Amino acid sequence: MSADIDWIALTVFIFFFALVTVMGFFAARWKSGPVSEHLDEWGLGGRQFGTWITWFLVGGDFYTAYTVIAVPALVYAVGAYGFFALPYTIIVYPFVFAIMPLLWKVAHANGHVTAADVVQGTYGSRGLEFVVAITGIVATMPYIALQLIGMGVVIKAIGLTGELPIVAAFVILALYTYSSGLRAPALIAFVKDIMIYIVVLVAVVVVPAKLGGYGAVFSAAGDAFTAKGGATGLTLKSPQMLAYASLALGSALAAFMYPHTLTGIFASKSADTIRKNAILLPAYTLLLGLIALLGYMAYAAHIKVASNNDVVPALFKALFPSWFAGFAFSAIAIGALVPAAVMSIGAANLFTRNIWKSYVNPDISHAGEASVAKIASLVVKLGALAFTIFLPTQYALDLQLLGGLWILQTFPALVFGLFTRWFRAEGLLLGWAAGILWGTWTAWSNGLKPLATLSIGDTSYVFYVGLGALILNVAFAIVGTLAVGLISPRSAPARS
Amino acid sequence: MWVLLLLPFAGLLWVPFYNFQDPALFGFPFFYWYQLAWVPITSILIWIVYRSRTPDDETP
Repeated sequence: MSADIDWIALTVFIFFFALVTVMGFFAARWKSGPVSEHLDEWGLGGRQFGTWITWFLVGGDFYTAYTVIAVPALVYAVGAYGFFALPYTIIVYPFVFAIMPLLWKVAHANGHVTAADVVQGTYGSRGLEFVVAITGIVATMPYIALQLIGMGVVIKAIGLTGELPIVAAFVILALYTYSSGLRAPALIAFVKDIMIYIVVLVAVVVVPAKLGGYGAVFSAAGDAFTAKGGATGLTLKSPQMLAYASLALGSALAAFMYPHTLTGIFASKSADTIRKNAILLPAYTLLLGLIALLGYMAYAAHIKVASNNDVVPALFKALFPSWFAGFAFSAIAIGALVPAAVMSIGAANLFTRNIWKSYVNPDISHAGEASVAKIASLVVKLGALAFTIFLPTQYALDLQLLGGLWILQTFPALVFGLFTRWFRAEGLLLGWAAGILWGTWTAWSNGLKPLATLSIGDTSYVFYVGLGALILNVAFAIVGTLAVGLISPRSAPARS
Repeated sequence: MWVLLLLPFAGLLWVPFYNFQDPALFGFPFFYWYQLAWVPITSILIWIVYRSRTPDDETP
């Protein structure tokens, strides 16, 4: 039996949930366009989102609910190492600023909706298009499942038990995503982001004030790690440093390869919208850094939890009145809806454009694309729901970790073509396969840890598997391109 | 100007440069406030590059 239901928190929760549900259905008519008649409308919101809508949408979609639960949980468990999310979400923006406007231009000029469309347009290779699409879909499914798990954690904290509340929440989400497309999460993102900002700003001011200031928070956490021992602490142990940096870099390169982040990019109305967002989106990173500190505040507040993921809800319940805890839990749950919706739309776009259209019905109309995508989004969400209900939570965590490694292997195919046409599709396919196989095998044989160890002489280096796999990927792509060039010199230039 | 975009990578990926506790600021050990400080610095660097580039002729 879990704790009793907190009625005040539950009432606040239901109020906000009802509010965003109404907004979700209403969104179909917001900035209205023919949602059911064209995939650009359902799947990209009409390609018209300006700087502020994009800021809320990408912010709401990249900094997911699961982040709010998992980052403090990791920081609570291991300390400094869990902070790699901070350098990761800083260095991602110079990258976004330099690369994503170029990608947007290619997509805009050619009517591309997905990463795999761009790859097909650049290289004219059905094989490369297919692997990019499949990688995107497979990497996204467990990510949606994690959003559900994040939502489940706060629903449990309110005192509701069983699967029913989460099933109900997800059915509602599925229905308004079906009818409104990307406009629904874009509109709901405003509510979600403002609520999360309020919660975090209150938490980072009020919680340390109750606990004796940040000095006390850090020293309580430091004492706890000293007692705990092992690879924990307020700073990194020397073998952890390369792992920390390579996780930050690898994650930053992978972040905007995901279908949900790219959907936000392709939905913006201009390349300049993206550049301005690269300047403005770091505001969320500041928020993330402060959210991560909740893991340390839990030590100062003497919170004890059975599962690390319960740290944030337990902290809020201990330090805040019920109504504010309910507000915070609503923010996190709504925070799960936005990315879950965008992820399912991104995956549905891939399925429609690069599998259905390429293999089943090449002559599909624009309206046909929209209706296939709507149904695909339902299937993707049901799959994620079944995943969370019938399989152990650990599977979703492990697969999401592998998903990051996998999606990173689409980087060369998607990004290199923006700068050079030297690479050949066959080489990039070979690189993709090498990266996926080596990365998966290495992570698997390490008990699904994201780290690989390389020993040179007496020194061993521990680094992020995904980044190692990417280096291998690029090396194989170069070798493959050279080999193909020997066998069949370029006859016709690649289509642009 | 585009080289400014590399500074956050240099400042954050060379971990031995900031992996210590002192000097603390407002109770935050160096490791934490140093990395948090890179958030506004990165925004400003990107903004400088944005201002310095010649706007492209895209519409809108």
